Amino acid sequence: SLGLSIYLSVQGGVVGVVTTNLLIRGALLFSVGVFLALVLNLLQVQRNVTLFPPDVISSIFSSAWWVPPCCGTASAMIGLLYPCIDSHLGEPHKFKREWSSVMRCVAVFVGINHASAKVDFANNVQLSLTLAALSVGLWWTFDRSRSGFGLGVSIALLATLATQLLVYNGVFQYTSPDFLYIRSWLPCIFFAGVITMGNIGRQLALYEYKFIQEKTHQD
Amino acid sequence: MTLREQLREKISAAFYRHGLLCASYPVPIILFTSASILTCCYPLLRLPLPGTGPVEFTTGVRDYSVPSHEPQGDLGERPDWYRGPPVAYIQQVLVKAAVSPWDSSLVTVDVFRSPLGRAFSLLEEIRNHVHSDSSGVRSLETLCLQVTDLFPGLRRMQSVLPEHGCLLVSPGNYWQNQRELFDSDPDLLKTIQKHEPQRPAHLDLLFGVPGKYTGVSHYNKKKVVTYTMTLVLSRYDARFLGSLRARLKQLHPSANCSLRDDHMVHVHFKEEIGIAELIPLVTTYIILFAYIYFSTRKIDMVKSKWGLALAAVVTVLSSLLMSVGLCTLFGLTPTLNGGEIFPYLVVVIGLENVLVLTKSVVSTPVDLEVKLRIAQGLSNESWSIMKNMATELCIILIGYFTLVPAIQEFCLFAVVGLVSDFFLQMFFFTTVLSIDIRRMELADLNRRLPAEAGLPPPKPGPLRTREAPPPPRPSPHTITLQTPAFRNLRLPKRLRVVYFLARTRLAQRIIMVGTVIWIGILVYTDPAGIRTYLAAQVSDQSPLGDPGGGGLPPHLGVAPVFRGGDPTSTLGINPAPAPTPIPDNQSQEAPPPSVPQITWGAEDEEGWRRLSFRHWPSLFSYYNITLAKRYISILPVIPVTVHLSPQEAIETRHPQDTKHPPPSIPKVAADIQTDLTLYKVAALGLAAGVLLVLLLFCLYRVLCPRNYGQNGVTHGRRRRGDLPCDDYGYSPPVSEISPLLLRGHSMDIECLASDGMLLASCCLAGQIRVWDAQTGDCLTVIPNHGGCWEQRDGWESVSGAAETECLGSEAHGSSISGDGLSEGEGYPLRRRTAPSRPTLFTDQPDLTPLIDTNFADQPPSHLCTPPREGFDFGGLVERAYMEHEPPSPSAYPSPSSASSSPPSGAHSVWAMELRGNLIAAGRSSGKLELWDAVEGSLRCINEDGVSGITALAFLNNRIVAARLNGSLDFFTVEINKPLGLLQYRGAPGRGSMPPSPCYSSEDVISCQLTRSVQCAHQKPITVLRAAAGRVVAGSQDHTVRVYRLEDSCCLFTLQGHSGGITAIYIDQTMVLASGGQDGAICLWDVLTGSRVSHVYGHRGDVTSLVCTTSCVISSGLDDLICIWDRSTGIKLYSIQQEVGCGASLGVISESLLVTGGQGCVSFWDLNFGDLLQTVYLGQSSDGQGVRQLLVLDNAAIICDFGSELSLVYVPSVLEKLD
Repeated sequence: SLGLSIYLSVQGGVVGVVTTNLLIRGALLFSVGVFLALVLNLLQVQRNVTLFPPDVISSIFSSAWWVPPCCGTASAMIGLLYPCIDSHLGEPHKFKREWSSVMRCVAVFVGINHASAKVDFANNVQLSLTLAALSVGLWWTFDRSRSGFGLGVSIALLATLATQLLVYNGVFQYTSPDFLYIRSWLPCIFFAGVITMGNIGRQLALYEYKFIQEKTHQD
Repeated sequence: MTLREQLREKISAAFYRHGLLCASYPVPIILFTSASILTCCYPLLRLPLPGTGPVEFTTGVRDYSVPSHEPQGDLGERPDWYRGPPVAYIQQVLVKAAVSPWDSSLVTVDVFRSPLGRAFSLLEEIRNHVHSDSSGVRSLETLCLQVTDLFPGLRRMQSVLPEHGCLLVSPGNYWQNQRELFDSDPDLLKTIQKHEPQRPAHLDLLFGVPGKYTGVSHYNKKKVVTYTMTLVLSRYDARFLGSLRARLKQLHPSANCSLRDDHMVHVHFKEEIGIAELIPLVTTYIILFAYIYFSTRKIDMVKSKWGLALAAVVTVLSSLLMSVGLCTLFGLTPTLNGGEIFPYLVVVIGLENVLVLTKSVVSTPVDLEVKLRIAQGLSNESWSIMKNMATELCIILIGYFTLVPAIQEFCLFAVVGLVSDFFLQMFFFTTVLSIDIRRMELADLNRRLPAEAGLPPPKPGPLRTREAPPPPRPSPHTITLQTPAFRNLRLPKRLRVVYFLARTRLAQRIIMVGTVIWIGILVYTDPAGIRTYLAAQVSDQSPLGDPGGGGLPPHLGVAPVFRGGDPTSTLGINPAPAPTPIPDNQSQEAPPPSVPQITWGAEDEEGWRRLSFRHWPSLFSYYNITLAKRYISILPVIPVTVHLSPQEAIETRHPQDTKHPPPSIPKVAADIQTDLTLYKVAALGLAAGVLLVLLLFCLYRVLCPRNYGQNGVTHGRRRRGDLPCDDYGYSPPVSEISPLLLRGHSMDIECLASDGMLLASCCLAGQIRVWDAQTGDCLTVIPNHGGCWEQRDGWESVSGAAETECLGSEAHGSSISGDGLSEGEGYPLRRRTAPSRPTLFTDQPDLTPLIDTNFADQPPSHLCTPPREGFDFGGLVERAYMEHEPPSPSAYPSPSSASSSPPSGAHSVWAMELRGNLIAAGRSSGKLELWDAVEGSLRCINEDGVSGITALAFLNNRIVAARLNGSLDFFTVEINKPLGLLQYRGAPGRGSMPPSPCYSSEDVISCQLTRSVQCAHQKPITVLRAAAGRVVAGSQDHTVRVYRLEDSCCLFTLQGHSGGITAIYIDQTMVLASGGQDGAICLWDVLTGSRVSHVYGHRGDVTSLVCTTSCVISSGLDDLICIWDRSTGIKLYSIQQEVGCGASLGVISESLLVTGGQGCVSFWDLNFGDLLQTVYLGQSSDGQGVRQLLVLDNAAIICDFGSELSLVYVPSVLEKLD
C-alpha cells in the first residue's frame, strides 16, 4: 500500500513531465520535418515536378507556405506515434538503435527523393517500382519491425489519399500525373518518409525515456 | 557439419591468417596499399577537374557550318556538346582609338571623350550596314539576336541594356546610344561609374574589355582607349559578316594589324549550380558528416582515436576514388554529377565494417600477442563481414537490373567501391589498427607498471567530495559504447547545461565565431570597397582571362607559337616620332609619349578571354537566356583603329571638361584615403573584437567557475551525509520504504543463504539463524556449539521465556530459540558440551504446527527494545536440556558421520547453503553439517575431510564442498522416507506459492561422500557455483573447472585469467561468467568450454558477477559496477559505487539492479544506469556497508547490515518499470 501510494504520486508527476517532454520531442521532430520538406521540395521544384502558383516560386522556400508546416506536423505525429506504438505493443525496437544508423537512414531517404527528382527513368512504372524497392529496402535495412511496416504503409496510403484530394481541389498540381492526379511514386516516398521519421522519433524517445525517469526522481 | 559451417570455418581461418600477415608486416603492406591506391587513382588525372568553368572548341571559319544534332562518330576531337546551332554568335568589333598626335593643350578628359564619341558613328555604320547579293538583302536587323524584356528584377539595367531589339552592346549604351546625350554629358566618368558600386562587371559588359584595359580614366598613360562593340547574332551569315568586316577595315584601316581571323571559338558552359540546387547538396553533405561523426565517435579504447577515425575516413574516401579511377580506366566515363552522388556512395559503403573490426580487435584478450589479437579479432568478425558484404553486393546487383542508366552507373560505382573498400579494410585499416594496438600496448606497459603497484587505488575517503566529479575510469581495457549519450541524460537539467557548456567550450566558441562573423560583416559592408577589389581579382583570375592557361583544348591553329617569333605582329602605328621628345612635354614631370601608340597584339585577338568567364552567361541571363549546357560561338574580332586629331578632340569637348581639370593627384590621394580608412576600420574592428572576447571571457569565468557544477551539487545535496548518487552527483529521493530489520545475530553476518522460502544466516560467531523470508520471522536458531543443536524442549518454559524477550521488531518467532539473546553477550554460555539427541523429534513429529498456534495470540513485542543484558534464561534452558538424556550415537541417521563424539570446539561456518529445509554448513574444521532449517536439528554430519570447507554448492540432492587444500568433495544426500511421501511445505494462506520439496523431520537423511577430487585445483578454491547439472569451481590458481554434477567428472579446465578467480556466475541457461583478481571477466560456453569473450573491466578483483539475458553485471574492488552487453562483450556503462560497497549486487528482474551501499541499498535501472530509488536500512547511517545481498523469489531482497539482516520489499513503483 505504501508502494502503491508512492507509485500513484510518482505517476502524477510523470504525467506532467510526459506532456512537456512530448512537446519538446514534437518540436524537434517538427523542425526536422520542416527542414526536410523545404529541402526535398526544392529538389522537386527544380525539376518542375510540382507546380505551385507562380507568385510563391520566387522565394527561396520555393513552395507554398503551408507545405513545410504540414510536413512538420505530420512528421512530429509520426515520430511520436512510433515509440508510442512500440511501447503499446510491448516490443521495444532494438534494431540498430544508434544515431549513425539514423543518419544513414536519413541520407538514404534524401537519396530516394533525389532519385525520384533527378534520375531519368524510361517510364513511370519503372520509376515507381524502383522507388518502391528502395523504400522497402530502407525499411529492411533500418527498421525491420512489423509495426513500423504496418504504420508506414497505412500512413503512406492516408497521405496519398490526402494528396489526391488536395490536387483534386486544385491546391497544387503535378506536371505529369500518372496515378489519378498525382505521381505514382508518391506513396513510396511517403512510406520512406514515415520510416525515416519513425526512426528519428524512436531514437529521440530513447533519450526521452531517460529524461522522464530523471524528472520523476527529481520530483 | 553443414556446408555453411564449413564455409564459415574456412573464412574464419583465412581471416585469421590474413590478420597474422597484416600484423606481422605492417610497413610493407601499408606501402603496397598506398601504391595500389595511387595506381588506381591515376586515371583520375585525366578527368576534367570539377567546376563550372567553360570549355572551348575551335574550328576554322572558312569551312564552318552549323553542326548537326546527330553525333558524328568520325570526328574524334569534336566534343560531344558541339551539336546543333549555338545559342548565339558573338561578333566583337574591337576599337582602339587615340588622339594623335598628343597636344600639350589637351586635358586628360580628351584622352577618352572624343574616342568614345566615335563609337556612335561606328554604331551607325554597323547598324546601317546592308549586304546585298544574289540571295537577298541582309542587314544586322535580320541576323541579330532579337531580345525582348530584361529579366524581371533588373529594371535598373534598363537604362544601359537594349530591350526589344538587337542585342548590340557598346559603350554608347551609357548614353542610350544618342550622341546628343553624350555631348551634353558634363562628366563621362561619373556616368560610367554610376553603376559601378552595384555591378562591378557592368563596365566590362558594355566596353567588352576589362575595365583597366579600357583606358577610360584620367590617368591613362598610354592615351589609347579600347572598347568593343558586341554584336550578338542569332544566325551565322559569312557573307554579311565578311562585308561588314571589309567595310569597317576600309573605313578605319588598322595598318600592320595581322590579327588572325580564320578561326572561331565555341565556348560551352556547364550547368551552373544555383543556391536552390546547392541547398539539397549541402544538406546531403551535412547528413553525411553527421553520419561520419556518429560513426567514428564509437571508436574507442585505442591509442589514437583520431588517428583511427582518420584512417576509417581515408579508407572510405580512397575506396571511392579507386572506384572512380578503375571505372575510368575501363572506359566508363562518369556522367553523373560526382558531387551529388558522392554522399550516397559513402553512405552505401559505410563505415560499419571498420568499426566492427576495431571493436572486435579491441575486445580480444590483451594478454595475447598483438598479431594474435588482430588475427583473432579479424576471424571473430569474418563471418559477419562477409555476410554483410554479400548482402550489399546482392542489393546493388538488384539495383543494376533496374536498367535505368543512372542507377546502373551508381551501382557500378558502388560495386567497385565496395570491393575496393573491402580490400582497403583488409589491408590498410587492419594494418593501421595493428600499429595502433601495438602502440597502445607499449604505452600501456609503461603506464601499468607503477599503477599496479598501488592497487587498489587509494580512495579519497568515504565521503566523496564533489570538487572533481568522478572521471571515467581510465581503465585501458574497456570498450565503451554509447555511454556518453546515455550519461548526459542522467543529470539534473541545471547541471546538464553547465556540463554541456563546459564540455563543448560553447561560450568561447560562440564568442569566437561571433567575432569572426562580425569582422566579416564589417569588411564586407565597408564602403572602402574590398568587395569590389576582390570581385575584380576574381574576374581577373578567371580561366578565360588566362590566354596561355593550360587545360584548354588544342586550337586548330597554332597561332601563338608563330606569333611569338613574329616581329611584325606587334607594330606601332606611328613608330617614328617616339624617340624625339617634344619640348612641351618636358615641362611635365612625367612626359607622356607624344604620340599614343596603338598596337595590336596577340592578346587582342581573343580579347574576350580577358573577361570574366561569367561575362557571357550574365549578359544572356539578363534576357532570361541560360547558357547552361549550351554553347556560344565567338567569331574572330574585327579590329578598328581610330585616330583623332587634336582639333577634333578639342571640338568635342564639353564646356565643363576644362573648368574642372581632373584631380589626378587627389584621386590617388583618395585611393590612399580609402585604403587608410579600410585599415582603420579593420584595426578598430579587430581591437573591438578582441576586447569583446576578453570581456565575454571574463564574464564567462565569473559565471562559470572552473569547478563546474560544484555549487549546484552542494546545493542539491541532501542532509544525509553520503547519499549514493550517480556519477554526476544526481541523487534521487530517498525511498519512504522502511525495510524489515531482522535482528538477532550478535556479530557481523558471514554467510547468507536462501531457497526463496527460508533464509539462513550465519554470523561470525557461528550462530545460524533461520528466518521466514516472507515475514522476517526468526524460525530457528542454531548456536555454534561445535555441532550441538538447539532443541525445543519444554514448550511451556520456553514460551514463558519468550514472553519477555524482544528480539526485534518482527522477530516474533525467535522465541522458539530460547537462548538466542543470551548469545548476544559474547558467548557467556557454553551450556553443553555433549550433543543432545533429537529424540524429541522422533517422538513428537508434529511439533511444527504448534509454533504458529502458540504464537498467534502473542502480543506484538517489537515495540520494546531488546534488553541487551537479556533475561538470562540460559539456566532454564540448560535445565531443560539436562532433563533429556543425550541420545545414543547409534541413533544418528548418518552412517558416515560417526558423530558419537561431540564435535570439538567452535569452528566458524565458512560456507552455507540452504535447499528445501536443509541447511548445509561447511565449517573451518572441514566438517559438513546438515541441519534441519525449521526444527533446528542436526540431521547429519560428515567429517571425512579435514581441510576447511571454503565453498559449498547444493543442487538437487548433491552437495559439493570445496576445501581449502583445493580438493573438491561430492556428497550425495539420501533421504529414506519412512512414510514414502515427499512433503511439501506450504504455510496456510500461502497456497499460491510454488511448493518446494523439503525434507520432513521423519526422513532419515544421510550424506555420503561419493567422490573426492583430491587435486581439483592447485590452490584453494575460492568460488563454487552449481547450476544446470554443472559445478563450476574457481580457484586461486587462475583456472576455472567445470564438473558434471552427476558423476563428478571434470569436463573442462578453463584458462584465461591471469589472476585468481574471485567470482563465478552460472545459471540454468548454461551461461558461465567468471571474474578474477586481474579484473578480467570471461564469458564461457559451458557446452564447448570455449571462451566467448574476455573483457577487462576492473582495476582489482572482480567481486561479484550476475548475468541477465542481455547483459552481464560485474562489480569490482574498485567500487565500480560495470554493465556489459552479454552477446558482444561491450561495456554499456558503469556505475561508481560507494567505497567498499562494490561487492554486493543482485538482479531483481531483467531491468532492475540492486546494489548495496553505505547503510542503504539502491535500485538501478539496468537499461540506462539510472538510480531509481535508495532505501535506507537503518536510522543512523553509521557507514556500515552492505556486503552481501540476496534477491529472493518474491522480489524481496535480503542484505546484511552489520549484525542485522534487512529485508526490503522492492518498491512497487519499480516493478512497474519492468
